[in-house]
Amino acid sequence: MMQTPDPQLLFDLKVAEEQRIEPKDWMPEPYRRTLIRQISQHAHSEIVGMLPEGNWITRAPSLRRKAVLLAKVQDEAGHGLYLYSAAETLGVSREQMIADLHSGKAKYSSIFNYPTLSWADMGAIGWLVDGAAIMNQVPLCRTSYGPYARAMVRICKEESFHQRQGYEIMMTLAKGSQEQKAMAQDALNRWWWPVLMMFGPKDDESPNTAQSMQWKIKRFSNDELRQKFVDATVPQAEYLDLTIPDPDLKWNEARGHYDFGAINWEEFWEVVKGNGPCNRQRLEARQKAHAEGEWVREAAMAYAKKRVMSYEL
Amino acid sequence: MEWPLWEVFIRSKQGLDHKHVGSLHAVDAQMAMENARDVYTRRREGVSIWVVESKYIHASNPDEQESFFDPADDKAYRHPTFYEVPDSITHI
Ligand SMILES: [Fe+2]
Ligand SMILES: [Fe+2]
Repeated sequence: MMQTPDPQLLFDLKVAEEQRIEPKDWMPEPYRRTLIRQISQHAHSEIVGMLPEGNWITRAPSLRRKAVLLAKVQDEAGHGLYLYSAAETLGVSREQMIADLHSGKAKYSSIFNYPTLSWADMGAIGWLVDGAAIMNQVPLCRTSYGPYARAMVRICKEESFHQRQGYEIMMTLAKGSQEQKAMAQDALNRWWWPVLMMFGPKDDESPNTAQSMQWKIKRFSNDELRQKFVDATVPQAEYLDLTIPDPDLKWNEARGHYDFGAINWEEFWEVVKGNGPCNRQRLEARQKAHAEGEWVREAAMAYAKKRVMSYEL
Repeated sequence: MEWPLWEVFIRSKQGLDHKHVGSLHAVDAQMAMENARDVYTRRREGVSIWVVESKYIHASNPDEQESFFDPADDKAYRHPTFYEVPDSITHI
């Protein structure tokens, strides 16, 4: 008779061999909890992330831009739904996740607590925020939890249009009138630092990173991804003839990377704690939408039940 | 009360099988179908959709994976490579 193998050993072996963990497989409780936290935070970010851009749909400067922005925001809703669906396979309910978002218990990306003040922000968000998201998301396509990895593959396929449409907006503004170029520069000035914060705290202040890397949930550390992003983005800004608002930014021949200035971590933690410029506004918008949809959810359910009953007669 | 959960399967093009793509919530099959279209096929990823309420799916138990699938382990004779055919014999 074969002995039943130790489930922990089997799990470790699967992870080491790059096999995916699937929903009904045995997994350590902290792994499950970490995934639920990370995937639901990620889903919430997609959903809350619709708000700053949704703000500009009715004011887009042309029908083309409006159609594109609408499609982009709709994609973000889709991303949220793929991710909620992946998180639900771990045994948490959609209702619970939404409740945690609305009570403030669950977090979402701090970037969405900044306001979108001008049309150029739609360019800066697509180019930089989606650009940073892509840096984060591409390695997650190989994350060890199957449903999460599959959701990320789907998401990554859709993200590249988001970044390109943003860059196109920036290009148009940067080549436009002086005022338009100034708008683009102003947007870059306001978004640059918050975007660098999107990658999360520095490695030595990110206590969960080591464990997440060991579980192969994460493949690169926060600082590694941040560096990759800076290296990829500087030439794109140069092409636009816009200036990245960092006097310390310069190419380091020896490292083969750009050096960049210190991030204001105090600001980051303030925004995470709920004291960013738009935290309250974002949560209130979500709570209001959910509360006002209550009667619709109930009516739809009642209607479906009634229809089933009439079949059964 | 939360709307029921549905699993979504999509045929990406004629000639291929339906493949599981994820889940969604809907009050009934019609809504599940329309939501599946909007969530999973915004770029023509499908030509056909199946939805089934998740509670009707029965899955094998991964903890019994070994014993459940082991009847197939010792039957190498089900594979063509089990049989020896001389090199000079072709089209077989
Ligand atoms: Fe997204
Ligand atoms: Fe996006």
